[in-house]
Amino acid sequence: MAITEARPSAAASGSHQLRPGRHPIMEWLTTTDHKKIGIMYLVNSYFWFLVAGLLAMFMRTELAEPGVQYFADERFNELFTMHGTTMIFLFIIPMLAGFGNYIVPLQIGALDMAFPRVNALSFWMLPLAGIVLFSGYLTGGAACAGWTEYPTVSLQACGGSTIATDLWIAALLLVGTSSILGGVNFITTIFNMRAPGMSMFRMPLFTWTMLVTSLLVLLATPVFTSALVLLLIDRNLGGSFFDPAEGGITVMWQNIFWFYSHPAVYVMVLPAMGIISDVLPVFSRKPLFGYKAFVFATAGIGALGFSVWAHHMFATGAVLLPFFSAMTFLIAVPTGVKFFNWIATMWRGKVQFTAAMLFAVGFLTMFLVGGIDGMFLASPVVDFGLTDTYWVVSHIHYVLFGGSVFGVYAGMYYWFPKFTGKRLNEGLGKVHFWLQMIGFNLTFFPMHVLGLLGMPRRIADYIPYDNWTGLNQVETIGSLLIAVSTAPFLANVWLTLRRKDRDPENPWDANSLEWYTTSPPPAHNFDSLPEIRSERPLFDAKHANDLAVHADATTTTETGAR
Amino acid sequence: MAATDAAVQHPPGAGHQRTGGISSSLLGMVLFIASEVMFFGGLFGAYFTLRTAAPEWPPPGTPPLEDWYALILTAVLVSSSVTMQIGVFAIRRGDQRALVRWLLISLVLGLLFLAGQANEYRMLISEGLTLSSGVFGSTFFTLTGFHGAHVAGGAAFILVVLLRARSGQFTSRYHDTVEMCSYYWHFVDVVWLGLVSTIYLLSA
Repeated sequence: MAITEARPSAAASGSHQLRPGRHPIMEWLTTTDHKKIGIMYLVNSYFWFLVAGLLAMFMRTELAEPGVQYFADERFNELFTMHGTTMIFLFIIPMLAGFGNYIVPLQIGALDMAFPRVNALSFWMLPLAGIVLFSGYLTGGAACAGWTEYPTVSLQACGGSTIATDLWIAALLLVGTSSILGGVNFITTIFNMRAPGMSMFRMPLFTWTMLVTSLLVLLATPVFTSALVLLLIDRNLGGSFFDPAEGGITVMWQNIFWFYSHPAVYVMVLPAMGIISDVLPVFSRKPLFGYKAFVFATAGIGALGFSVWAHHMFATGAVLLPFFSAMTFLIAVPTGVKFFNWIATMWRGKVQFTAAMLFAVGFLTMFLVGGIDGMFLASPVVDFGLTDTYWVVSHIHYVLFGGSVFGVYAGMYYWFPKFTGKRLNEGLGKVHFWLQMIGFNLTFFPMHVLGLLGMPRRIADYIPYDNWTGLNQVETIGSLLIAVSTAPFLANVWLTLRRKDRDPENPWDANSLEWYTTSPPPAHNFDSLPEIRSERPLFDAKHANDLAVHADATTTTETGAR
Repeated sequence: MAATDAAVQHPPGAGHQRTGGISSSLLGMVLFIASEVMFFGGLFGAYFTLRTAAPEWPPPGTPPLEDWYALILTAVLVSSSVTMQIGVFAIRRGDQRALVRWLLISLVLGLLFLAGQANEYRMLISEGLTLSSGVFGSTFFTLTGFHGAHVAGGAAFILVVLLRARSGQFTSRYHDTVEMCSYYWHFVDVVWLGLVSTIYLLSA
């Protein structure tokens, strides 16, 4: 139609080999298409999510009653180490990077990522890292010093295995390299590959959060890499960086580790914030309230994220408490700005509680709880009492499960029709949401109470004391509900993929550029692009069309010629 | 000739990539170098942390480092950076033969640096300073070793660019890879200047 600007597509598709007659498995194994790589990221990450979830179920089973029943101390140490490591490095970070891979080039009107082959390399390091990490179990036992691997514990042999920790280091070096290359790729793509008219302040917010996330990855991850190689040298080549017996400094690991791992917290949550910032306006039928404020708040969180790492180390007594405490409280300010963005977006909108919207609102509420109980920990006085108790476990799960995982599911329900052309079933989606919401709160809310009662984390056994047993049993039942809640989701994906009929190309009537092309998009993404004059190019296109032909103003979900 | 260059620079299908500004490959290299800076930042952070905590630096019994030797190595590496840049200027003028010549000189200087460093390692190890001989040995060999590995990587990069330059793949307009290689080589050079000034010159 008149509103679309024709672009050559035959030449474009030529640069992206979709060789007919090639075996589909070979096509997937050798692809450099950001969409296929994105799907592989998502599937691979979700697989590790299920594995790590299984480890969590083992832990909850052990903790259902006092005494040691199934997993003795050493095995339990491996469980929480592998659970944390897998969830963080093989699930949340790559899962969000997977959404980024698929969605960011579409949102900015690009043909692909800037470096498609580097992109494939970034992906293939991840399954390899998972295999290396879990191969520890073949050597007699997996890594066991917690996902933070503090020396001097991490300098020692682990359970039955002397090299499990080295395998852990190798796996994380792979994940880190993958992240860094991904970061370079995202930043270059976003700076250099935007379509004509797609200025920075017209980019969808998910793309903005991926940009800030990538900057954090780029600048923080290599510092972690340096800590990992120092640990590797200490363990295998007689180095003396962390062993006080040889003049090393133990707490130095914590400083370098958290210099990465605190910004990494934002790597794990900013893209989820971006997802719900794309989802909330669509299902409130309003533009996002305060676009620029949201962008600056995102940048602010990213920048402040580099100055708060030592709040993980208050109890060491080796850090400047007032500075790190004040900076930590300060982070609540840009986060608060975002909460007002989100609430004001929904305010007086025509809110539609689809499954995607439910998960987005779930993020909003659960992340708020996680943020507030984190603020308690930002005060050193309170932290001295709560550090290493279940309060900390509760906090991390409210922000990373209540936040990131709810965001991931919001993105899954929202973009699934983009990936496949078919919407997930709303009924099953709602069952999934409510089971998960109830299970999540049953599991993690009582941990606040247990933390205040003084129950330490990372233990396989506890004494029946102050009703610890009752609260632990509630948590175990809740965790079972979370496990059950993945069944309707997996069934939903399976049934939807088998379904024959297709949904409209833009089933949610969304306004960002990824919905302009077909669902799923062709190999070269776009046959044509609309004129981009605002952050809602599809809204403009529809509007211009209505004006041009003097048609009635009923909303059509179709967006013109392709 | 100019028409061919334009076709190479704007392959079909990249029609709506922006022209002007920094090219994607150069931007990617700059970002990668930024991450490398942070990597060495972590190593330097560990070095300074251990050094300030040590009662005496260098710890008693450490064999003395030879500043003059390090300064010779510095001269070699810095001049390789200069020759590399002369090569870049040459290809910007379209002088392919000069590019090959200057890349070759840079490569030889880089390998000379590595040989010099290997010789220094040999001398220090014979005097008892090793990776496992204490805090000083650990930091010395880790920092200079990772730098040396980066020099080796850079030398491999130069070799690839050299072979491509010999077959005439670069022109005045199309030589992003040469620029990328030079950026990386200058970065390795700057890291060495940081190492020399902290480990050698500030060791007294």
